[in-house]
Amino acid sequence: MYLIVEAESIAPDVRRIVVEAPKIAKKHQAGQFVIVRVTPNGERIPLTIAAADTEAGSITLFVQAIGRTTMLMNELETGDYLVDVAGPLGRASEIKQYGTALVVGGGVGTAIAYPIALALADAGNRVIAIIGGRTKEYVLLENELSSHGVEVLPCTDDGSYGRKGFVTEALADVIADEEVGIVFAIGPIPMMSAVAEVTRDSGIETVASLNPIMVDGTGMCGGCRVEVGGETKFACVDGPEFDAHQVDFKLLQRRNTSYRAFEAEQIDHLRSLDAEHHEQVLAPVRGACAREEAS
Amino acid sequence: MIKISRRAMLKLDRVEMPARDPLERAACFDEVNTGLTPEEATVEAMRCLMCKTPTCIDGCPVNIQIDQFIDRVAHGDIRGAGDIIRVDSLLPAICGRVCPQESQCEGTCVLDKKHKPIAIGHLERYVADTVRRYGLEPAAEPIEPSGKSVAIIGSGPAGLACAADLVKSGHHVRVFEALHQPGGVLIYGIPEFRLPKDIVAAEIDGLRNLGVEFEMNAIIGRTITVEELLTDEGFDAIFVGVGAGLPRFLNVEGENLIGVYSANEFLTRVNLMGAYRKDTETPVLDLTGRRVVVFGGGNTAMDSARTPLRLGAGEVRVAYRRTEAEMPARDEEIEHAKEEGIIFDFLVSPVELLGNDEGWLTGVRAQRMELGEPDESGRRRPVPIEGDVFDLPADVVIVAIGNSPNPLLPATESRLEQTRWGTLAVDETTGRTTMPGVFAGGDIVTGGATVILAMGAGRIAAASINEYLETGVWEQESKPELEPAGA
Ligand SMILES: Cc1cc2nc3c(=O)[nH]c(=O)nc-3n(C[C@H](O)[C@H](O)[C@H](O)COP(=O)(O)OP(=O)(O)OC[C@H]3O[C@@H](n4cnc5c(N)ncnc54)[C@H](O)[C@@H]3O)c2cc1C
Ligand SMILES: Cc1cc2nc3c(=O)[nH]c(=O)nc-3n(C[C@H](O)[C@H](O)[C@H](O)COP(=O)(O)OP(=O)(O)OC[C@H]3O[C@@H](n4cnc5c(N)ncnc54)[C@H](O)[C@@H]3O)c2cc1C
Ligand code: SF4
Ligand code: SF4
Ligand code: FES
Repeated sequence: MYLIVEAESIAPDVRRIVVEAPKIAKKHQAGQFVIVRVTPNGERIPLTIAAADTEAGSITLFVQAIGRTTMLMNELETGDYLVDVAGPLGRASEIKQYGTALVVGGGVGTAIAYPIALALADAGNRVIAIIGGRTKEYVLLENELSSHGVEVLPCTDDGSYGRKGFVTEALADVIADEEVGIVFAIGPIPMMSAVAEVTRDSGIETVASLNPIMVDGTGMCGGCRVEVGGETKFACVDGPEFDAHQVDFKLLQRRNTSYRAFEAEQIDHLRSLDAEHHEQVLAPVRGACAREEAS
Repeated sequence: MIKISRRAMLKLDRVEMPARDPLERAACFDEVNTGLTPEEATVEAMRCLMCKTPTCIDGCPVNIQIDQFIDRVAHGDIRGAGDIIRVDSLLPAICGRVCPQESQCEGTCVLDKKHKPIAIGHLERYVADTVRRYGLEPAAEPIEPSGKSVAIIGSGPAGLACAADLVKSGHHVRVFEALHQPGGVLIYGIPEFRLPKDIVAAEIDGLRNLGVEFEMNAIIGRTITVEELLTDEGFDAIFVGVGAGLPRFLNVEGENLIGVYSANEFLTRVNLMGAYRKDTETPVLDLTGRRVVVFGGGNTAMDSARTPLRLGAGEVRVAYRRTEAEMPARDEEIEHAKEEGIIFDFLVSPVELLGNDEGWLTGVRAQRMELGEPDESGRRRPVPIEGDVFDLPADVVIVAIGNSPNPLLPATESRLEQTRWGTLAVDETTGRTTMPGVFAGGDIVTGGATVILAMGAGRIAAASINEYLETGVWEQESKPELEPAGA
């Protein structure tokens, strides 16, 4: 069991969860992820390591509640536990001198892009983060990014904050105005695909962080297959970052719908349960109970 | 004991393993074979000729003293039988169930030619189950701590066997496992209906009671490196038993359609993640009434075919590119699969997987084959029959054509030399790798093989680790084979 040392909401349906995992914290590099199980009979889900504190021996995760596992995870509080945290998995982002680096994040993708933006800044790049959200409350981590010297261009679909419109529009303007060495695109699949189209003709190196369904995360199952440049790759070990201009986004989008009916059923079921039932499901990982069990 | 003449004994039929009715068992995950009764076991044991030179022993990769343990069974001394088996095998309840006996111990039994061989596997299982049920194991001897510690990487049969021998030698033993549950293929691959998981759990509990520590979610190479285990964590030696867990695909068009699984993914979802149970959260595609095609001919293919039946599939076919005679699966699995209604298409090889506009699998385009000249393995090579291509409808395809060594760990330690097949290069007699202090065995060395070979390799390495810890000398008896024969 892995102790949650901090849990707080940072946007609607998005929580920041800091969990004790000293060995992972020590090894983490930007771009890597962990596989987490929330409850004893739960699924294994991949989550990006947003930050690591080697001294405290903890890692930070940002979680968007979109289905059963992430909804339950986001009901956890400081002092509760995660049953399993395994990692760090995947290849690290290639952090080097690009001159100007653009990081494009959509929704919770901003959280996933966050460690990459910081690492790029630390490596001496000028970093511009174009971060998008549906409305103002979905624009994540603006202050955290700017306090690390990252120029932030927020965008909202409804214009309630920052620039009105999609991140791709802001992106098109930036690359029209200046020399950009690399673009990192992280967010919903349609967004990443659109970013790849915006930069395709310019030839600017563009990297997307893919989010296929995973099981083990170690290259054992092949469930995370994606196609890049016509070749099959396992996103968990060959990625999760790939050349966005080569990625078959349509295939990824489709494969992620494999279990749609099952997932919808689980979400409905979870919603139909009252608070007491939620507590029953979470009892094994609730702080007090879990500690009692252990002693 | 009643004395019966040898001639009369030879007339007795080989015992049949009692099994659940095919229709009943194909609808649930309960174990298919229900085990011999004491009477059945005794009679079968009495059929053994107690040969002066028991050829059966040569067929067993770990040379269990088969005649002796069977003699004990014939005398009703199950505790004694268990003690004899335990000398050579640490996992008899498992090997009795899953060894390919027909090509090992039973295949070399003298009765194999004229009569039916003794059911050595069934008897071994009977002894192991009885010993466990009635607690007939000898009490654990007090162990003198050696002050040394060994890290075991991977908790499959190779790692478990190595851990067992080392902890009994007084070393501090810690097993590191990448997944959240120990057991390797025994847990995530071989299904419950063939190998109940409580048997594997009991083995692991036994090791815990002896003091073996298990650290889950530890992906060596990522969470901790091999080097760090030796330096920062202070282990005196390491055993690498990480298996052959990299799924091979067919490399045909359409392989990434929804509905195409590797056997590893499908079986992991069902076995490790418990997708067949109501109380778990990991999905597997709804197979109710669906058509499933499995490619392959080994045990993995049989498991991948019989599992969908139990999840309600309407029709399951196994497509294999050679004939039944070349199938590497255990005879019993093929028989059981047939009884349960699996359809076999021999001399068939996939050329394309077909899908609809939404990216879902709809069928398989296959090529008929015929057997040509023998290849290096001595098996006749399948060759396509020009123009004989046909389509089969399918909702789910499971690719079960074998696994390669997972490169994750070897890729993170350059001192561990690999063969050109990606297996670790070791000195076979000692399990010593090309990196001092590091030993290896099991599927990571042989490529996908068997439980008993993995267990045996774990024990050979344990003996060699003991020697190394005592003398501190790192010497190879023979240079590691960089290009093993027959891989
Ligand atoms: C390498 C990697 C890193 C990730 N990092 C983060 C992160 O830091 N924070 C975060 O909130 N999420 C992250 N994700 C996505 C996260 O893993 C999924 O949201 C999670 O698995 C959903 O599980 P669930 O049971 O809650 O929802 P489910 O019930 O499984 O799914 C609900 C809905 O989400 C869709 N969906 C299913 N799987 C995924 C997926 N892998 N990605 C996106 N949508 C999916 C389904 O089609 C369905 O519509 C990451 C994914 C990958 C592969
Ligand atoms: C479906 C299936 C059915 C089979 N049926 C039979 C049968 O009937 N009879 C038979 O004899 N054999 C059978 N086999 C083969 C047999 O299971 C294997 O030969 C045997 O399990 C190999 O044992 P092992 O200890 O070498 O590796 P494994 O059992 O593969 O265990 C390796 C373990 O190491 C872990 N690991 C991998 N990488 C790392 C890492 N970097 N860090 C930490 N841990 C790691 C893995 O998660 C795994 O738990 C079958 C195999 C499969 C897949
Ligand atoms: S371990 Fe396997 S090969 Fe050896 S006697 Fe037992 S069943 Fe036969
Ligand atoms: S070879 Fe067969 S008959 Fe002879 S001792 Fe072995 S099991 Fe018995
Ligand atoms: S998640 Fe299983 S291979 Fe990538």
